[in-house]
Amino acid sequence: MKMINHHHRHTGVSLLVSLLLASPFAVAVEYKDHTFSAGDASLQHWLLPAVPVPADNALNADRIALGKQLFFDPRLSGDSNMSCATCHNPLFGWSDGLPTAKGSKSMVLGRASPTVINTAYNTLQMWDGRKKSLEDQAMGPMMSNQEMNMNIPKLLDFLQKTPDYSASFNKAYPGEAISEVTIAKAIASFERTVLSNDSQFDRWIKGDKNAMTAQQVNGFKLFVNPDKGNCAVCHSAPNFTDNGFHNIGLASFGGATPDVGRFAEKPLKLMKGAFKTPTLRDITLTAPYFHDGSASTLEQVVDHYVQGGEVKTNLAPNLKSLTLSSNEKADLVAFMRALTSDHPAFVLPVLPH
Amino acid sequence: MKIHVLFAVTLLVASGHALSETFEVGQQNKEFTAKALDIKVGDTVKFTNNDPFFHNVFSLSDAAMFDLGSYPKGESKEVKFEQAGEVQVECAIHPNMQMTITVK
Repeated sequence: MKMINHHHRHTGVSLLVSLLLASPFAVAVEYKDHTFSAGDASLQHWLLPAVPVPADNALNADRIALGKQLFFDPRLSGDSNMSCATCHNPLFGWSDGLPTAKGSKSMVLGRASPTVINTAYNTLQMWDGRKKSLEDQAMGPMMSNQEMNMNIPKLLDFLQKTPDYSASFNKAYPGEAISEVTIAKAIASFERTVLSNDSQFDRWIKGDKNAMTAQQVNGFKLFVNPDKGNCAVCHSAPNFTDNGFHNIGLASFGGATPDVGRFAEKPLKLMKGAFKTPTLRDITLTAPYFHDGSASTLEQVVDHYVQGGEVKTNLAPNLKSLTLSSNEKADLVAFMRALTSDHPAFVLPVLPH
Repeated sequence: MKIHVLFAVTLLVASGHALSETFEVGQQNKEFTAKALDIKVGDTVKFTNNDPFFHNVFSLSDAAMFDLGSYPKGESKEVKFEQAGEVQVECAIHPNMQMTITVK
């Protein structure tokens, strides 16, 4: 009687399993199921889907244009000298080229400025995942006294009294006030256009066999192979991130008062020193690397992982030391160089006055 | 007196065991194989990792707080639910993996 009952319950769970396998972000294709040939059907999960957009902030040209002006406007900071683009600069792959960010009065901050590229696909924002969406994140730096250090009533007053801005808000969000909500929505709309989805790698996945060299294809194999590079365990399809958190054993975690990262949000031992997996798309544009900016080159990044991390305390369980020849290491780096899209020169907005 | 107390405890354990059930929830393709599960107080849930890499299982809900650490493919850990309520279960490594266990 009890056994039958168990059986029935388990069947119910199995049914749920089949129903839940449809999510495009949850596809976990194993190495053995990849056929490393340009355009192969087994590789198509590496192509990015359309950008997800929240139901209450549909993307349109007016919202994107307004968000672009706000993103580049230094008058959104307390000293009128920093915009979002100060730290998320298109000239540096939408980061800043610094090991860790410099905030208000050039104060050196604790973590690297993450790129904006493809953050539209992130299921959590920030290195520690403390923000749920681009909209949730957008006001944070303005309100932080270490960063843009802006007084919000002053900001709202400035936007309301600048005729071009009030007209643009009215057009982008008719019937809604200029507020933290609409400012964040507009900036998030612009950020959803900062994308990398047309790299050599993407063209190779789509079937252009000349888009990657033989060395880069071999690098891709090593990247996915759990017994070689083991990179895709975290830098997974399609955006080269699992939206997950890992302590990768950086030297800075061995310091006296290390940055605990995700632990501040989720107080579990496993999360102490864990940070969100960043995308690798456009990776050649966003050096230095890691959340503490401690690696200058992709070669240094690969060496870090070959070693299996430097500080082994509370190391992520999915991290392991690697056996790679110098050729294999070079192949991995060559592959990562295939992940940068050819972007046309970026056109700055004209700021409202 | 002592003997009586022991006897009572044994009876409770025996009756609890007879009524309680064990449910299995997998971790597969970075999802829990059930998004929601209804169980009774005293039931056990066995969490099995079916993915070729480590997962974690934890809950910080008032009705059940636990952290099963991390474990690889093929391994399982069990949690017995002793209190009624809603329990949010997640994988700390992959926070998109979430499920709710309702303990009645």
